[in-house]
Amino acid sequence: MDQIFDVFLLEAVLNGILLGGLLALLALGLNLIFGVIDVVWICYAELIMVGMYMIWWMHSGLGLPLALAFVLSIAFVAALGAAMHHFIVRPVLTAEPINQLLVTGGVLFFLQAAATVVFGVEFRNIGVRLPGISIGDMNLSLARLIAFAVAIAAIAATYLFLTRTYVGTAIRAISQDRAIMPLMGVNPSRIYLVTSALGGALAGLAGCLLVLQYDIHPAIGLSFGPITFLICVMGGLGNLIGGFLAAFVFAQFISVGGFMLQLEWGYVLAFLFFIGVMFWKPEGLFARRR
Amino acid sequence: MVKNVGWAVLAALVVAPWLGVGAYPLHLMIMALLWGYIYTSWSIMGRLGMVSFGHGAFLGIGAYGVVLLWNTLGWSPWIGAIVAVAVTLVVATLIGWPCFRFKIVGHYFALVTLALSEVARLLIVALRDTTGGSLGITPKSALTGDATGSLAALQFSNKLVWFYIVLGCWLAALYVWHRVDRSMSRLALEAISEEEDAAASVGIDVSRTKLKVTLLSAAMTCIGGVLYAQYQLYVNPETVSGIGISLQMVFGVIAGGLFVMLGPTVGAVLLLVLSETLRVLVGNQVHGLDLLIYGALLIFFIIYMPRGILGEVLHRLRR
Amino acid sequence: MLRVAGVSAGYGSFQALFDVSLEVNAGEAVAVIGPNGAGKTTLLRVISRLIEPRSGDLQMEGRRYNDAAAHEVIGLGIAQVPEGRRLFPRLTVEDNLRMGAFTPAARAQYGQRLEFVYDLFPKMKERRGQLAGTMSGGEQQMCAIGRALMSGPKLLLLDEPSAGLAPVIVQSIFALMKRIRAQGFTVLIVEQNIQQVLKVVDRAYLLETGRIRQSGPAAELLASDEIRRAYLGV
Repeated sequence: MDQIFDVFLLEAVLNGILLGGLLALLALGLNLIFGVIDVVWICYAELIMVGMYMIWWMHSGLGLPLALAFVLSIAFVAALGAAMHHFIVRPVLTAEPINQLLVTGGVLFFLQAAATVVFGVEFRNIGVRLPGISIGDMNLSLARLIAFAVAIAAIAATYLFLTRTYVGTAIRAISQDRAIMPLMGVNPSRIYLVTSALGGALAGLAGCLLVLQYDIHPAIGLSFGPITFLICVMGGLGNLIGGFLAAFVFAQFISVGGFMLQLEWGYVLAFLFFIGVMFWKPEGLFARRR
Repeated sequence: MVKNVGWAVLAALVVAPWLGVGAYPLHLMIMALLWGYIYTSWSIMGRLGMVSFGHGAFLGIGAYGVVLLWNTLGWSPWIGAIVAVAVTLVVATLIGWPCFRFKIVGHYFALVTLALSEVARLLIVALRDTTGGSLGITPKSALTGDATGSLAALQFSNKLVWFYIVLGCWLAALYVWHRVDRSMSRLALEAISEEEDAAASVGIDVSRTKLKVTLLSAAMTCIGGVLYAQYQLYVNPETVSGIGISLQMVFGVIAGGLFVMLGPTVGAVLLLVLSETLRVLVGNQVHGLDLLIYGALLIFFIIYMPRGILGEVLHRLRR
Repeated sequence: MLRVAGVSAGYGSFQALFDVSLEVNAGEAVAVIGPNGAGKTTLLRVISRLIEPRSGDLQMEGRRYNDAAAHEVIGLGIAQVPEGRRLFPRLTVEDNLRMGAFTPAARAQYGQRLEFVYDLFPKMKERRGQLAGTMSGGEQQMCAIGRALMSGPKLLLLDEPSAGLAPVIVQSIFALMKRIRAQGFTVLIVEQNIQQVLKVVDRAYLLETGRIRQSGPAAELLASDEIRRAYLGV
């Protein structure tokens, strides 16, 4: 115990930070939709999965350059998000919350099944191998570093969009008082559509970042969907800043916990932490009084 | 009139297998009643507004609990079931108590329970050395020689025995549903008629009652898992835990009718008919086609028939 | 400028307005006065197309706009300051004002209009970065009016601007009304505070249980015996 400084622990912490950035991006999309439209997209992770398959199909299947595949995929998932809102969520906006959850649950089943039918159950990969970077005794994956940087940039861009543009301000406003929006010339349905497209675009972007690191499989949504929900609940559902912070906290548990014990136990630890938080502050760590 | 038809159908149901129904149809009837039992167990909570997406966890605890204890420690499934139910009650309290005490409902509750079922699945997969991971696990057979059944090991090769076991449990679940229904209306009426001063004490009662119903629902589901494991003699993480099965449970109940006693059972039958039809039409070739249709149907039902099939039918009959 | 003819409206089986007609001419200040529940807010909602009337005509500058969607009304030059201010509590003052200038036409003039509103309400300029929900009632009212002005409206609708405010603040609100009038805005005010509002407007309509009972120059109504007895406690 003479060495207070354990370089591998540091590596785990750093990896936790890198993971946190990515999870924060996921949480942002989910929180945005919930905060504005008051609906939880249970199928959010499945949208990401669809984006990943799109990239694979366009790049490995059709031979399009990767960058183009990324852009098209983001556009596709954005459109998918808007379409989902318009055709599936809108009819149940006035119904009970459980109906809204179930309807997006149906989309979850549907997308997973569609991916299975179209792409099969084998693991797919776009075959991009990025090197690792060595800093001293630590090895950090370049893919993760890029994912982190892009995620943070996207979050910053979204923040600027929400605070500096008219539409962004309207998106923030509509969750505070929907009824008077028409008085200012804002069509609430259109704002919801834009928000849905934005949520979809963020999911598409997340797909681009994930496809650099992981294989694609119809059920991979299950790997990060539930975690994203827990993060959002922990940070206060709908609270964009809370979700951002909670993502990093959660990621530390996963990373350091996985380092100290075994990989999967990191998740169990994170979940136990979550339960602890629920007992202590059930509205979420940073919940805003609504 | 409807009541008499109901009793007649029930009588037919009880007697028919005895008179002779093919092995496969009997299997289907068992599955229908078993899932009907499980869905009804879920709906006891669901219809009171506590929509859990986590019952997959309880199903998994029941199924894996008995199989693991039997395989590794030789404990009879009867004991295993008691242990599993105990664990289920602890878990349900851990999740349920903060939620009800602090009035966490709706989205928060649904998401937390959803995560719960996924963590259960993750745990099962993570402990693959013991549980067999994604490949699933089978309880060791207790039927040696000519034995067709072992009560101690809760294994019977004669489907007829299983039919009556499951039928009994199903009827019991319906009875429990009925009793909860009666006591809930009384409580609701009390809550409404009470004055504001008494609201606080009524509030505490409400939390405790909610927890009681949750524990009941969880325990019954857990037993459903036990029955499933012992009947099918094979379980894997996908079928007894995870979001998939949890969502399917909710869907089944909604499709059949959440607020009607036989609704969940109708939903179970519906899903069974669906998967059988698909199997006949398409075979097992196309992976995922049934889920595709489940998903589309779920969306369709929620948007156009939120009362569920049975609920919609009864609603129209009453008009 | 604004012509409302024979409007009947209600909620479900409850009818709130019966065959209501009124007019507001350019440059005028007109009030609709009446007791609680008379249907005044319903009237403004119909004018802003937030609810659908059962019958009647809505005309702005000679053009019928019954078919316009609610979010298109501001494009016709009609801006409403809703009852209870209805600011966005967690947006800053400036963001609230920015929302007022949401339409493309208004955005083009954003800088100028913001200057204008800040000149009119220097206090708002001071508090531009403050969250709207943390301000006092009177300040919120100023902000709400400013928000409506950001669209450069031809007609300004005000729904009970003095409601829920302390008497001292109420005075300043009506002084504000005078200043806005002086700037040349056409105004339609709905008010329960009959005494104060009749001193600020040119004409008024008395709305009671959904019907227009009286109308005429403000001074006339102020002097009318009926009104004095029923509402001014004389």
